[in-house]
Amino acid sequence: MIGWLRAPASETQITHAQRLWLYVFAVIVMLLLVTPTLIVIPMSFSDSQYLEFPPQDWSTRWYQNYFGSPEWMKATVTSLQAAALTMLVATPIGVLAAYGLHASQVPFIRVTFILLITPMMVPVVLIAIGAFYAYVKLQILYTMMGLVLAHTLLAIPLVVIVTGSALKSYDMTQEHAARSLGAPRWKAFLTITLPQIRFAVVTSALLAFLTSFDEVVIAMFVSGGDNSTLTRNMFNALRDQIDPTIAAISTIMVGVTTVMMALAILFGRQGRGG
Amino acid sequence: MTVTDLNASGLRRDDRIERWRLFGLASPALLIVLVILVIPVGWLFYVSFIGADGTFSLENYERMIKRRSYARIFQTTFEVSLITTGLCILIGYPLAYFMSQLPLKWANLCLITVLLPFWTSLLVRTYAWLVLLQRQGLVNDWGISLGLWEEPIKMVHNLTGTLIGMVHIMLPFLILPVYGAMRAIDRDYMKAASNLGASPARAFWTVFFPLSTPGLFAGALMVFILCLGFFVTPAVLGGGKVILVSMQIVSNIELFVNWGAASALGVVLLMLTVGALWIASRFVRLEQMTGGGH
Repeated sequence: MIGWLRAPASETQITHAQRLWLYVFAVIVMLLLVTPTLIVIPMSFSDSQYLEFPPQDWSTRWYQNYFGSPEWMKATVTSLQAAALTMLVATPIGVLAAYGLHASQVPFIRVTFILLITPMMVPVVLIAIGAFYAYVKLQILYTMMGLVLAHTLLAIPLVVIVTGSALKSYDMTQEHAARSLGAPRWKAFLTITLPQIRFAVVTSALLAFLTSFDEVVIAMFVSGGDNSTLTRNMFNALRDQIDPTIAAISTIMVGVTTVMMALAILFGRQGRGG
Repeated sequence: MTVTDLNASGLRRDDRIERWRLFGLASPALLIVLVILVIPVGWLFYVSFIGADGTFSLENYERMIKRRSYARIFQTTFEVSLITTGLCILIGYPLAYFMSQLPLKWANLCLITVLLPFWTSLLVRTYAWLVLLQRQGLVNDWGISLGLWEEPIKMVHNLTGTLIGMVHIMLPFLILPVYGAMRAIDRDYMKAASNLGASPARAFWTVFFPLSTPGLFAGALMVFILCLGFFVTPAVLGGGKVILVSMQIVSNIELFVNWGAASALGVVLLMLTVGALWIASRFVRLEQMTGGGH
């Protein structure tokens, strides 16, 4: 231990002992990053209204509350539907755009790229009230289609960026070879290019799903009635009081996210291996 | 003109058409951005110049200047954004440095602790802080039982809670680009610096730190811009005591149905964001800020 403390820690010959403060600090920050969300999980199984930790009495009453409530169930189904549809719409649209920008060498690609990533930059409140207004005119307010379109808008930048950077490291001459052997461009893309960027495409799709599933502000404005999302209802519940049912829902949402993240890492690893 | 010349120009034309066709693949995405973002925001811009009587007027902007409450909202927004960015730098930079010094395998493991909250729903994280910081919450319980303070401290539904929540949510946005920039630094530079007699501190400040600033700058601006337009966390953890521009926009629509006032605020918020992005683009490529530049 003492030998380790005196050993040089980096190229500059600084010792581990001199850097101990950094290690302690880093561990504390990492703990603070993960614990707040994780601590909600045991709390959601507490029997008390005040969400004790550690819980004195365990119970699943908040889960029963959630699964027994037609309102929460309806909102959950809406959220899952919206997320799945957003994924199905945003991924092909975004991949096409990324490919189009990458392959065509027209002068204003950069401007187009910036235009496509603006939804990331514009304050989401502004997008929300703008969409609210547009939807009133288009008469698609509170519809699933409207919600999915707005969430697709938010997901497009992510898909374009993730797929675009995969295309940058992809060797386009392979596609040229396929085409010079007589394959039409779409076929060359589907059989040669797409399989090689599939991991980026899968990651984009997962990101699109999560973007929609977690989105609050736009959903507050353009989802409602029968099509209220889970996050919209959660947000409204949070403004009133601390309802422990939210802890149960949060736990389930953390579960969904973790599964998605594990899938992404799994695919990413295969991507590097193959 | 010879036959070869004709052929060449024909090929060039075909090539041009082909390129435009390929460019056309981006049109569905562009159409969505146009219909759901550009046109509605353009309309908001127009509405912001329409007064209560339906004619052109600057009253929506005049109100912002004249009323003290609006000045205070902008001031709060700036203060909260600046403090959050500053705290994120102070907390995030050392952690990114720590991770950049680890072997890649360990660093990836540590990176999970940054990515996990990054991927977790914003609302869930905000809720977690609401539970932890409340009067009978865990932080107060532990603080009192450890003897750090005696009475439960009010840590939520005020500025403190807002800042804690915002820093927690923004940290990954700072750490990821900083870490990326640090990993790209050639470690031989540090070796060279210490070979030439620089102390560890001096080698760090004169060699390592300057090389990491592009990442730091990109991350800090990203955090600042996101803070300017942030809504969910301050709305929940601020408890109505911390009013940011985005929250005023929402209440202008939800409570007062005043599109003119909301639009004018929105336009100013957008201009501030564009301004910050413009400054950013002088120093870093936008693609780098969004993580797409690798």
